[in-house]
Amino acid sequence: MTSSRAAKIDRLASVAARGPELEPGPEGSGSRNATDAGVSLAASAWRRLRRNPVFLVGAVVIGLFVLLALLAPLIAPHDPALRLLDDQVSRARNEIPPPQDGHPLGGDQFGRDLFSRMLLGSQQTLLVAVLATVIGLGGGLVLGTLAGAFGGWVDSLVMRIVDVLLSIPSLLLAVSIGALFADQTQFTVILAVAIVQIPIFARLLRGTMLSVRQSDHVLAAKALGVKRGAIVFRHILPNSLGPVIVQSTLVLAIAVLDAAALSFLGLGAADDAIPEWGQMLGNAQDYFDNQPHLAFLPAVCIIVVALGFTLVGESMREALDPRQRR
Amino acid sequence: MALLEVRDLSITFHRKGEEPSVAVDNISFNVEPGQTVGLVGESGCGKSVTSLAIMGLLPSRGAKVGGSVTFEGEELLGLSQRELDERRGRDLGMVFQDPLSSLNPVVPIGLQISEVLERHRKLGRKEAKAEAAELLNRVGIPDPKRRLDEYPHQLSGGMRQRALIAIALACRPRLLIADEPTTALDVTIQAQILSLLSELVSGTDTALIMITHDLGVVAGLCDEVNVMYGGRIVERAQRHALFAEPRHPYTHGLLASIPRLDAPRGEKLVPIRGSVVDNIAWSRGCAFAPRCPSQLEECWSDPPELVDDRGGMLRCHNPVEVAPMAAEGAR
Repeated sequence: MTSSRAAKIDRLASVAARGPELEPGPEGSGSRNATDAGVSLAASAWRRLRRNPVFLVGAVVIGLFVLLALLAPLIAPHDPALRLLDDQVSRARNEIPPPQDGHPLGGDQFGRDLFSRMLLGSQQTLLVAVLATVIGLGGGLVLGTLAGAFGGWVDSLVMRIVDVLLSIPSLLLAVSIGALFADQTQFTVILAVAIVQIPIFARLLRGTMLSVRQSDHVLAAKALGVKRGAIVFRHILPNSLGPVIVQSTLVLAIAVLDAAALSFLGLGAADDAIPEWGQMLGNAQDYFDNQPHLAFLPAVCIIVVALGFTLVGESMREALDPRQRR
Repeated sequence: MALLEVRDLSITFHRKGEEPSVAVDNISFNVEPGQTVGLVGESGCGKSVTSLAIMGLLPSRGAKVGGSVTFEGEELLGLSQRELDERRGRDLGMVFQDPLSSLNPVVPIGLQISEVLERHRKLGRKEAKAEAAELLNRVGIPDPKRRLDEYPHQLSGGMRQRALIAIALACRPRLLIADEPTTALDVTIQAQILSLLSELVSGTDTALIMITHDLGVVAGLCDEVNVMYGGRIVERAQRHALFAEPRHPYTHGLLASIPRLDAPRGEKLVPIRGSVVDNIAWSRGCAFAPRCPSQLEECWSDPPELVDDRGGMLRCHNPVEVAPMAAEGAR
């Protein structure tokens, strides 16, 4: 499994690295049609994205999700931590407050307003997804740049560490990292999810950088006596970021799922005053028989958000893939 | 003293599990200030590798470089990459074959020019930008100020090559190596780029090494021509002498295979038979012998030496005596 994952990352890197060479059309003598004039890689990818219904659906889903997360404190009718409907809860009969006036989804097993909890749960999910991706991306960029820029033994060392991390199934690794921390907070989850992503980013960037390093314009820069640092940061790295950017959007989806899984397993924040979808899902297990909506609602939200990120990520990868260009 | 002296340069590529392959075998030539020297030969004859070796751009692992390359009396081959970086771009410039892939696709043209100016001429950002526009203007790119902010893919092929030349000449190097600078361009642009190159180097003491497989390019540009075959120089002559009286059967064959406007209608081109894979090793005999129309018995057993011949140099047991038809028009 590990080797196939590693191979997939390398393949992605090599495809993307070939991008710039294939990019502009065969126009040699300066005569180009009007639509093609002055269109950069990013601009033409964007043009294709806009016409792609898959991307549009994903973008709308994510747009709504982000909007909800940002506006949740304003929209939410009640404080999600207050047990407003506690009197309607009956442990013995597995009864929870039904939907009623002012509480469109009713209450949860502690009598807290479910609608408000669902809304505010989006904040945690967004926070985890973005922070975990940013941290994973940052770590991966540092390691990948080290390996790709220096090559030789630095490359070997970094890549062996990466191989070790990749050889452990990602969720198991995340759970282990989460379990290392004494007090469980939401940050534990973020860190655990992020660390799992670091080797993937590192390997992807390193592979792309190694193939960009062989390209003509890097040789041309060397022939001009450009210093090594400038060659790496101006000529190699910027040309290697494409696949990493695409991977980031896909990692957003993975982070949503991983974070939910960790919370479900009880590795999230110990205090459930701040609602989180994965944790809500985990807590709903006891009520699955007669109150399935307690599990169903957060589950659907997790799936839809993860799907939205995946749709955007996959359509971005298609748009940036030089072989898809017409 | 010559500007550049190449002495017994040999380049061998080593690969694990394979026989070392000799790409360049003991070649020597000089380049004087202001001179244009051609290095001519077909694919795989070692001409590009020679230029990379002069620039110190061959990979340190896998490629073994022997002999000596001195630039203004200073040995280049032993220098560290850091020392070479001080000379590359400032004293030694290079123009590559494919102008699109030789430019960084994500950096605007202006920045790619001013990068060199800031690096070697220690110009400030503003001065470098002004100088970059001036350079683009000099290589004949219209509206240079606007072009500074454009990316390579927004320029046409000819403009890209002009931009590359501008970058290579930014620090007024004393030696410019042009490695097949017109191969990726169409014919009309080729002519423009060649006249631009000769215009830029003539009247200055910048020397030019022109690497090409195209004898038409040589005819228009070079003072002295080195014809390479199988990693060795087989003939060296002044331009006019080479076209008027090619002495080596290979040169002769190259000239005979060029289409000519003044040839009678229906006349067939004469190709050189065989291909590079037919070569025999120089250590055994003449590498060109298997393809040579005027081969002798001794060509197969006795490798010819490079000797003085009618003002040039020649490596052949049985040189061509009669001038080909091609001689007249090529002048």
